[in-house]
Amino acid sequence: MALKNTTDATFADDVLMSEKPVLVDFWATWCGPCRKVAPILEEISEQYGDKIEVVKLDTDANVDTAARYGVVSIPTLNVYVKGQVVKTIVGAHPKPKLLRELEEFIA
Amino acid sequence: MSDVRNVIIIGSGPAGYTAAVYAARANLAPLVFEGAVTAGGALMNTTDVENFPGFKDGIMGPDLMDGMRAQAERFGAELVTDDVTAVDLTGEIKTVTDGEGTVHRARSVILSMGSAYRELGLPREKELSGHGVSWCATCDGFFFRDQDIAVVGGGDSAIEEATFLTKFARTVTIIHRRSELRASKIMADRAFANDKIRFAWNSEVAEIHGEGKLSGITLRDTVTGETSELAVTGLFVAIGHDPRNELVKGVVHTDEAGYVLVDGRSTRTNVPGVFASGDLVDHTYRQAITAAGSGCAAALDAEHYLAALEDASGPVEAAAEAAAIDETDSNEISVPSAGVGASVGASA
Repeated sequence: MALKNTTDATFADDVLMSEKPVLVDFWATWCGPCRKVAPILEEISEQYGDKIEVVKLDTDANVDTAARYGVVSIPTLNVYVKGQVVKTIVGAHPKPKLLRELEEFIA
Repeated sequence: MSDVRNVIIIGSGPAGYTAAVYAARANLAPLVFEGAVTAGGALMNTTDVENFPGFKDGIMGPDLMDGMRAQAERFGAELVTDDVTAVDLTGEIKTVTDGEGTVHRARSVILSMGSAYRELGLPREKELSGHGVSWCATCDGFFFRDQDIAVVGGGDSAIEEATFLTKFARTVTIIHRRSELRASKIMADRAFANDKIRFAWNSEVAEIHGEGKLSGITLRDTVTGETSELAVTGLFVAIGHDPRNELVKGVVHTDEAGYVLVDGRSTRTNVPGVFASGDLVDHTYRQAITAAGSGCAAALDAEHYLAALEDASGPVEAAAEAAAIDETDSNEISVPSAGVGASVGASA
């Protein structure tokens, strides 16, 4: 299942106003490690979609949002709860490690 | 416990995938552990590969690896995106344990784990990694538009990264411990001709500064010991690689730098049935094409080893083994590849 794409224009609605925690995958087409994380995030979204929303943000096309959150390495995964960043995971990690990092949101 | 494979390949750079293509085409039904997130190896972090023969206009590193992967899969290699956590290589039947704790067995193992980025080993390095300290210029360079940044290292990869980063950055300072570059002349000349590139010769990074994100570094002169400050928002570390030998340390012989030792021009290690290829073995050439070549050699060496093994054991034992496998299959989960052992018996 493909993940929803959020943009500079829709970020507030998609992420900041969400009732559920939202995991945002800051990525870009040129980033090899991002390609490795994408399928893992799709699985996480399928398994835990009722607890956490998972969306993607193409940093190349949405420079403002990436800059606002100080993203300078990708993949960066930010978790937003009630509009605030509560967790940042930088780099590509195996699924078990990601699940451990996300435990508080998906338990 | 699963049935006994012919060959397990650990690693998925050009060496691992090429070994997989050859082993699969030889009907050895290889099982390939690609790594949970490292699949594709170092080339996943590159952009244009201009020197892989056959691609006259160059090819993107990740695309090249996707192609090799698909080629291996087409001939029947079974690819697993998981890490290997332990191996036991000493017996005639080797075991390989994956990230979920499942134990896989095989008569031969090809090691192609490649190498890992070397870190500076400074206190703030981990904390600021992803916040200005980076190991992937192609991933992160974009975020340093019109900023002053630095690259540590003096080899080809450092110079290549520095040159690439000038597309975005205002200035790129190359920090190198010596007074001349180790990089090839063509790469060095490119850097010398680039207005945006500056050099901090005889320098090493002594400290990394910044709260939440990188704000600067302290340089130490490697000759005089004097220190100086350099304000940078990005620091790209390209000081070389170390072979990823952790899995096989103490069992498979390595040289002083940790590279796996092989017998002459072959890929045979000191452990029978265990072959090594790619950057894990090679600290001289370290190219996609040389890694692919040695992956091919490893598959051929493994094929010869398996053929000799079969000649020695004979068809009776092989048939008995096949029967034993049927039994195991009925109450074990693990890899869905029933009949690999049996088909070996049949072809004996």
